[in-house]
Amino acid sequence: MNWIDIGAVEDVPLRGARLVKTHEGCVAVFRTAETEVFAASDTCPHKAGPLSEGIVHGQKVTCPLHNWVFDLNTGLAQGADDGRIEVYPVQIVEGRILLDVSFLAKRSAA
Amino acid sequence: MQKLVVIGAGMASGRVLEHLRETAPDAYEITLFNAEPRGNYNRIMLSPVLSGEKSYPEIVTHDDDWYAANKVTCRFGEHVVRIDREAKQVHGQKGAVPYDKLLIATGSAPFIIPVPGKDLPGVVAYRDLDDTNAMIAATGKSGARAVVIGGGLLGLEAAAGLRLRGMEVTVLHLMGHLMERQLDEAAGYLLKKDLERRGITVLTNASTKAILGEDRAEAVLLEDGTVLDADLVVMAVGIRPETRLAVDAHLEVGRGIEVNPQMLTSDPDILAVGECVELNGQLFGLVAPLYDQAKVAAATLTAQAAEFVPRELSTKLKVTGCDLFSAGDFAEGEGREDIVFRDPARGVYRRLVIEGNRLIGAVMYGDTADSNWFFGLIKDGADIEEMRETLIFGPACQGGGQADPLSAVAALPPEAEICGCNGVCKGTIVKAIEGGAGDLGALRAITKASGSCGTCTGLVEQVLQVTLGDDFQRPAAQPMCGCTELTHEDVRLLIKTKELKSQEAVWQELGWKTVNGCHACRPAVNYYLLADWPLEYKDDPQSRFVNERNHANIQKDGTYSVMPRMWGGMTTPQELIAIAQAAEKYGATVKVTGGQRIDLLGVRKEDLPGIWYDLNQAGMVSGHAYTKGLRTVKTCVGSDWCRFGTQDSTGLGIKLEKKLWGSWTPHKVKLAVSGCPRNCAEATCKDVGIICVDSGYQVGVAGAAGMDVKETERLVDVRTEEEAIEWTTAFIQLYRENAKYLDRPYKWVAKVGLDWVKEVLGNDAERTALVERFDVSQSVYQKDPWAERASPEAARRFQPLADFTKEAAE
Ligand code: SRM
Ligand SMILES: Cc1cc2nc3c(=O)[nH]c(=O)nc-3n(C[C@H](O)[C@H](O)[C@H](O)COP(=O)(O)OP(=O)(O)OC[C@H]3O[C@@H](n4cnc5c(N)ncnc54)[C@H](O)[C@@H]3O)c2cc1C
Ligand code: SF4
Ligand code: FES
Repeated sequence: MNWIDIGAVEDVPLRGARLVKTHEGCVAVFRTAETEVFAASDTCPHKAGPLSEGIVHGQKVTCPLHNWVFDLNTGLAQGADDGRIEVYPVQIVEGRILLDVSFLAKRSAA
Repeated sequence: MQKLVVIGAGMASGRVLEHLRETAPDAYEITLFNAEPRGNYNRIMLSPVLSGEKSYPEIVTHDDDWYAANKVTCRFGEHVVRIDREAKQVHGQKGAVPYDKLLIATGSAPFIIPVPGKDLPGVVAYRDLDDTNAMIAATGKSGARAVVIGGGLLGLEAAAGLRLRGMEVTVLHLMGHLMERQLDEAAGYLLKKDLERRGITVLTNASTKAILGEDRAEAVLLEDGTVLDADLVVMAVGIRPETRLAVDAHLEVGRGIEVNPQMLTSDPDILAVGECVELNGQLFGLVAPLYDQAKVAAATLTAQAAEFVPRELSTKLKVTGCDLFSAGDFAEGEGREDIVFRDPARGVYRRLVIEGNRLIGAVMYGDTADSNWFFGLIKDGADIEEMRETLIFGPACQGGGQADPLSAVAALPPEAEICGCNGVCKGTIVKAIEGGAGDLGALRAITKASGSCGTCTGLVEQVLQVTLGDDFQRPAAQPMCGCTELTHEDVRLLIKTKELKSQEAVWQELGWKTVNGCHACRPAVNYYLLADWPLEYKDDPQSRFVNERNHANIQKDGTYSVMPRMWGGMTTPQELIAIAQAAEKYGATVKVTGGQRIDLLGVRKEDLPGIWYDLNQAGMVSGHAYTKGLRTVKTCVGSDWCRFGTQDSTGLGIKLEKKLWGSWTPHKVKLAVSGCPRNCAEATCKDVGIICVDSGYQVGVAGAAGMDVKETERLVDVRTEEEAIEWTTAFIQLYRENAKYLDRPYKWVAKVGLDWVKEVLGNDAERTALVERFDVSQSVYQKDPWAERASPEAARRFQPLADFTKEAAE
């Protein structure tokens, strides 16, 4: 694991999201409750909608373009839709959000 | 005999001493230091002492006789100032004591937020008996006011205790809901409601800026400028492990004193237990794990093998009458599922978090009788697959039980108004039903309920069903979404009758089946709340579709289109130059829209604040081309230029647009004003379309030209411009207050009937009141959202949180 501090919890609006840009594509950091965050790929597998702009409800997000719904725990599309987004380990330590960026190293190592 | 020195006579060390006495009474000669001038007592019972439900002697756990009988040398009221590891000595204020083994149990120190005035007399923390006594002393003065900073466990127990002793109490909490670490929003809402019922004022999202006062605390100043008078200020914002002695002695210390599972610090002769320790990065702030630690420490001291394993924790608030329970972890984990149960009538809320086949978290409010059963399932990691369906109903209901979708209606008091048009309350309807009215038709005939605009039909039917039970079969109405059984109309009416003013209130009081709604109901509920309570409710951008949150229209490639307002379709060379420059600067495509204005397409999110700033500088504001709100007012050139023009259609269009812009509506609203019946502004297919004629203005409403095409219907003919504006505004406000979210005016009018609309608006007093309410709403909402977001502080939110692509390039 390679935890990197990406910002304070309050930087992400409650039931909202912010983006982290990486060479592997954009990662969306969602704040589902006061002290609960998730990280997942920002790109909808349907037609590449920006998930960080979706409505966050429970531990799910709805894509802003055509309303696919993803569970942020598993990354799986809900209901009839078939698809999955990558999810990444993320945690809150003393009010700061730490993202595990090991997935970035994979490519540079190759 | 070996010498054991203990620093701190708290909850943890008290238990260590007891275990030692039981297992090896003669192993050690013990010296016990305590900074407090007393021995061990049950710290968690300070709250009942504060509230007056218990007295100090009742919470003492070890008295003088006990220490004497167990040959503990007590040095109470004496701080340990230094540990000398080389000489194996502990230095107290009154002299040194040698040790063979040392136990550090110094607990935590309250965290004091570093604001001006924090050291004034009258500012207290909540940690020990002295703090408690200081608070009790402050309650002596009649009419005294307390401000408690911190809405966590400690702060709320302090607030409840002070209130019971008669103080005026305000709780300030930095977060959006109380006890956010243990509770979710719904439980936080119920807790707040309970506290408010006791007369405690609760302010959330409240950030303290300073404590004011000359010689002692007199008031608290908040970031937003609010000043709260205070004779007593209690700081209960958190705790920090008390590690100073350990740091000075060069023991390994992280946030707490680092220990291994045997409770040994980095020095094998020194142990530590309690809130001052850290194990594998974890701190401990409740007594249950401290008791486990104490057992292990006693074993280690007597050379027994033992290991401390942190276990699941649960929380209860010790405020009589506030029944809440929270256990397990909501914040981390994969593959979770939420189950929610609410009983608005009893004020009950339950939420379970399931992962795989195990229960991993539970929050309960109102009825916590089953909490131990649930906590057991969590601790044991029990397989709950078999009882998944009925789990939420608790152990008694294994095999039965269902949430009652009608409980929100059942919970309404008799005086709750059901039919707004005819002023009929629930009690009247129930009486009529009991008097024999068995269906909707009969009820309408007797009470007039739902006989006018008809939007309350669903509710009246629910009252029938609640009153008649199975005798009544309600026609299946379309519920709002999967989160509720209620229709849009029901929800709108209940928000008004039950005076629900927050989303949490709607979810709980109307029995939502999810934690916080979904993408379908949240925008609707957000709209209903802001339309009904413009001054009390604060718009929630996170409950809005992306376009309305970002104030620009999202495109299929994730860029945005930006459309400045062009009042009545008029523009100037200066505006056009500024638009052209902005288009060039931000690489936008330029298109003339079907709504008489100019669209700049393909702008990147990061550039939005910049382009808005530039357009603002040229005097332009958002065209709201993305909202459920006023879009455009199309006009023709009118009497200013046209040889057929009868009135100043352009001028009226501009006046209407200036009056109506910025208001949120159930769906988008488009207007047009044509200067004569040739109708060059296409006014006859708009939501409101005005045709100017020689004798005045023909106001038409409920037209459509999108997915449906429909001609407007005449609402009224008026003589003056002022009247045309008044009727238009009143019509839009009536639509705002009554329509279902996402119904355009033509759909809404089809449901309630144009006759009803005419009847309401034809009443002069009613019409004036509607315009007044519209104006109140505009006092909040008629603000250019672009200007608000172009400031550097707000613009930050449009940038990525972090950018690793840049770092790597360097
Ligand atoms: C820009 C514009 C087309 C143009 O290039 O001219 C436009 C563009 C869109 N219209 Fe429109 N409408 C535009 C004039 C119209 C008109 C004509 C008018 O306003 O005079 C209509 C018919 C009248 C009406 O409002 O019904 C119109 C009826 C619709 C509808 C159907 C609404 C309905 O109730 O039937 C939608 C879908 C919706 O709102 O749910 C829609 C939705 C849209 C959206 C916002 C679709 C979306 O959600 O992304 C389009 C955004 C395009 C984009 O990528 O930015 N647009 N749209 C026009 C902007 C006018 C303006 O200055 O604000
Ligand atoms: C009002 C209140 C209500 C609470 N309610 C609950 C509850 O309902 N449930 C729950 O599980 N927990 C509750 N807690 C928390 C619980 O009381 C603590 O977790 C527990 O007391 C910690 O025990 P400890 O032995 O580590 O520290 P403490 O009990 O704080 O004891 C530490 C002692 O060390 C002394 N000391 C510190 N430094 C020195 C020094 N240099 N020299 C000499 N002595 C020193 C201090 O004076 C103190 O007496 C509550 C706490 C408070 C204040
Ligand atoms: S008609 Fe409107 S919604 Fe349809 S493609 Fe054109 S702009 Fe988009
Ligand atoms: S792009 Fe996400 S649902 Fe279509």
